[in-house]
Amino acid sequence: MGAQKKGGARVSDDSEEQSRQRLQAILLADSFTTKFRPVTLERPKVLLPLVNVPMIDYTLAWLESAGIEEVFVFCCAHSTQIIDYLETSEWRTHPNLVVRTIESHKSISAGDALRYIYEQQTETSQIQGDFVLVSGDTVSNMPLADLIHEHRERKKKDEKAIMTMVIKKSKPSLITHQSRLGTDQLFIAVDPLTKQLLHYEEDKVDHARGSVCLDKSLMESNPSVLLYNDMQDCYIDICSPEVLSLFEDNFDYQHLRRHFVKGVLVDDIMGYKIFTHEIGSSYAARVDNFRSYDTVSKDIIQRWTYPYVPDINFGGNRPVKLGREGIYRACDVVQSRSADVGASTVVGYGTKIGNGDRILNSVIGSGCIIGSNVVIEGSYIWNNVTIEDGCEIRNAIVCDGVRIRAGAVLEPGVVLSFKVVVGRDFVVPAYSKVSLLQQPMKEDSDEELEYADSSSGAADRLSGLSLEMESKGSELGPDGAGYIWEVCEGAHDEEWKHSVAPIPEDKLAEITQAMDDYDDMEDESVVPTSGELKSDADSINTDVNDPGDDYGYFEREVEGTFLRAVEEGIKVELGVLEINSLRLSYNMESADCAGAIFYSMMKLAVDTPHSSASELYKNASSIITKWKGLLGFYVKQTDEQIEVIMKFEEMCQETAKELGPLFAQILHVLYEKDVVQEDAIMRWAEEKAGADEADKVYLQQCETFIQWLKEASEEEDEDDDEEDD
Amino acid sequence: MPDVQSMVLEFVNKLRKRKIEGSQATARCTVELLRSVISHHRVPHANQASALIDAVKAVGAQLVAANPVELAVGNVVRRAAVAGLDLLDASDDDEDVNGKGIGYPAMSAAVVAAAARSTLRPPSLQTLLEGTPESATAPYTSSSGADSESKTADKSSITRKLKHDVIEGVNQLIHEIAGCHEQIAEQAVEHIHQNEVILTLGSSRTVLEFLCAAKEKKRSFRVFVAEGAPRYQGHLLAKELVARGLQTTVITDSAVFAMISRVNMVIIGAHAVMANGGVIGPVGVNMAALAAKKHAVPFVVLAGSHKLCPLYPHNPEVLLNELRSPSELLDFGEFSDCLDFGTGSGSPLLQVVNPTFDYVPPSLVSLFITDTGGHNPSYMYRLIADYYSADDLVM
Repeated sequence: MGAQKKGGARVSDDSEEQSRQRLQAILLADSFTTKFRPVTLERPKVLLPLVNVPMIDYTLAWLESAGIEEVFVFCCAHSTQIIDYLETSEWRTHPNLVVRTIESHKSISAGDALRYIYEQQTETSQIQGDFVLVSGDTVSNMPLADLIHEHRERKKKDEKAIMTMVIKKSKPSLITHQSRLGTDQLFIAVDPLTKQLLHYEEDKVDHARGSVCLDKSLMESNPSVLLYNDMQDCYIDICSPEVLSLFEDNFDYQHLRRHFVKGVLVDDIMGYKIFTHEIGSSYAARVDNFRSYDTVSKDIIQRWTYPYVPDINFGGNRPVKLGREGIYRACDVVQSRSADVGASTVVGYGTKIGNGDRILNSVIGSGCIIGSNVVIEGSYIWNNVTIEDGCEIRNAIVCDGVRIRAGAVLEPGVVLSFKVVVGRDFVVPAYSKVSLLQQPMKEDSDEELEYADSSSGAADRLSGLSLEMESKGSELGPDGAGYIWEVCEGAHDEEWKHSVAPIPEDKLAEITQAMDDYDDMEDESVVPTSGELKSDADSINTDVNDPGDDYGYFEREVEGTFLRAVEEGIKVELGVLEINSLRLSYNMESADCAGAIFYSMMKLAVDTPHSSASELYKNASSIITKWKGLLGFYVKQTDEQIEVIMKFEEMCQETAKELGPLFAQILHVLYEKDVVQEDAIMRWAEEKAGADEADKVYLQQCETFIQWLKEASEEEDEDDDEEDD
Repeated sequence: MPDVQSMVLEFVNKLRKRKIEGSQATARCTVELLRSVISHHRVPHANQASALIDAVKAVGAQLVAANPVELAVGNVVRRAAVAGLDLLDASDDDEDVNGKGIGYPAMSAAVVAAAARSTLRPPSLQTLLEGTPESATAPYTSSSGADSESKTADKSSITRKLKHDVIEGVNQLIHEIAGCHEQIAEQAVEHIHQNEVILTLGSSRTVLEFLCAAKEKKRSFRVFVAEGAPRYQGHLLAKELVARGLQTTVITDSAVFAMISRVNMVIIGAHAVMANGGVIGPVGVNMAALAAKKHAVPFVVLAGSHKLCPLYPHNPEVLLNELRSPSELLDFGEFSDCLDFGTGSGSPLLQVVNPTFDYVPPSLVSLFITDTGGHNPSYMYRLIADYYSADDLVM
């Protein structure tokens, strides 16, 4: 470990001067996931067209204009295709940007890739200092120079600051995350002063509980922590060479975020730190799945990525003309007069659009031939696609060379891979993925694996398959060709999440529902819960938000507890404990407790079998005597005592009329047992003096008692006076 | 030569990525690039001048394609071609080989153009009409003309001389672009009077120099600066004006109409001046022009001669605007939920349009002040014809 560390340090020392001038980047031209299958079986993801330009061109153009001078493109799957593309593109001869490729077929994850680069490093030492680590599907226009400078300055001050991560603000709602980029909500904790990343939680946020678990030590070691749930990870990192050696040391790191970032944060490896940088007006996003493919495409059309937009030639692309309403059209498009090309649409070179077509919100590549009366909405048609008359295509991705025969319908979310033929009048069901290649039989258990074997053999297999197609290519109608891939178990529900189609209404409702639940939970969690809820707690959950009912439940709970205490002969102190916990969980005042307990006591007295009023009185007074400690605990204040009296009055009037005649007597008992003080009775009497006659019944009953109390107190006063004199 | 090629590529790249913006900067870079292109160009024995012109035009076509919105690039390329043509005019007169090959900018086209140009612009008429203000261009035409005339006799030494002369002409152009601010600013006192209120919009160096020149001549006046949303370059202008001791008031663009009644003159800098006298300027300028018209306030446009464009705005190729990123208007983070494509019909309900330029029709402009003096909008076509050859209009 120490040796590795030293190795890393040496590299950075040696290149201290050089790195001043040279800015380098590592571009991972492989996502190491299977989200773009089946398309990625035949072509690497970075070469897939995004608004008619291969994704890698966006990334390279951005890196170039951000001042990066050397890019190492790490190719794994379909490496020859990527290298060929780069060889023929204008990047090969670019004056400001040197593009080098690193090829490795063994790597199956980002971790492997970085380890491979590290191994190469010992021989060639290509990476001379801090570098930018991005994946080849990043679309951005953010400036990097200042960020790299900032990173270096920080690194100089603090050896342990090895990485700066770019984040961007996004609306903090589940819906937005899901519908924009198809990613889960991200929770991060950042030190507000230093911007150090303290916590990163992407996939395991517990929405059911609506909570994030933070390590306690986090709070201890940092005076303040800022928690964000409205940030989006741009997957753009500025790394120091130590990052590479860290990957080497921890050979089990595969995923950049899940393993590496977590590892550094949680395991606290050698005290390394990760910092964050929030970008303001610039754009940055990663095309991670079909949903983000759709979103980023539309952001490009809406020009958020300016100057990387279709009407500007930014990297080998042929610019198309921008017309009104965001319609980009190549100059040689042949469009029928009756065709209706709507807003936010891109039409590439040499494409023919037939009579009566309706095209909206779509991207159409070069050399496509579209017949008459075709409807295309929200779809991505790549190059050289033939669409015959009367087809309907909604929210689909159609790859190069596909032929859609007359009258066929693509339902939302369909992905047609290269050269698929859809038969006449065939309806391709929603979310299905169609390829000329058969689905790999059993997915390897490791889901991270992307074409470990398919990379090289794709072409061979393709030719082999075409023979087979003759006999068994009719999954898409009699004159069609292609296999409909089966959705793997469990992933079926997830299909809509990552598709180009808008989220269906019902799913949207579900998410909104989940979110509302989540909000409710939040409301509940505001109620401080100390101690456990009682066994019949489910009755609580039915409706906790209505404060009126709340008291009712509370009263019942208290009654239950009290009865149990009586039955089991529980000590007063324990009873107090239980009632206290109830009181906290319902957020009640102690006056409420006093009322509830007194109610329970009287109810018990009434429920106890009795034949006459005097027996009832005896019961009541014995219960009061026995449990006055419990009641006394909550009636220390005059207000609480008044509450008890009021409660008693209320009971006599409503639930336990039997007690009515005994009101004065029981009040007297309460007075004698010191549960109710004289003051409380006097004040109750004063309050009641102004009430209606009906309410005064009990007051009149107690008149003699009160009179007696008054006299007693006067005497006392007199005594006091006498003593004073 | 590869050196020049990479320079061209780099500049093309910068234009594409919109790293160089503003007519002044692009014009200067373009003309400097052209100078090195010409100086590195190996001249063949026959048709030297037209070969040079072709080289210039080839580079020019690349540059214009890189960012068609920067009209100054095209203007400068045309001017440089004219510098070559002037020589061609004189030197190749006797070998007028194919006078009929009209149309395409091949080798012959330049010759035809030269012929066309000499009919369009007889030197005598030019000097007669323009008189003294033509100080910047007159010496260079006459000198180059004189040079080449003297060289016609000696054909052998032409090759070297010709290139030298063209470079000389381009240098003149560089000089002219660099000096246009001062030339324009010199006229400031004639236009700005004591205690006037001047309104301007956005930021333009020409305007800044113009106002400061008047200030230096002890004129006291006030300036209203409309901020020029969404780029708010007016704020920068206000800062600079205050630094130079001018009384400045910043207003929002939307307040222009409210304030115009107190204004004595509107002065703005142009992005480009079209052949019909229309102006392409920062967005919001048309609104200011209409307000000025309504209140009969003079609307004055300052434009260096490199901004005079020989194209007409009815040409759809020219009226293109630049739509910039919506992030200049809205915070993406704050509005990301409105840009939701995953719900509903899949098309966002929110669209943001952020055009950079505005077109002001000539009828709204009271006066152009160029480095050759003040002109009426209706005179612009004539001024432009002096600078450009008719054949170069389409590149």
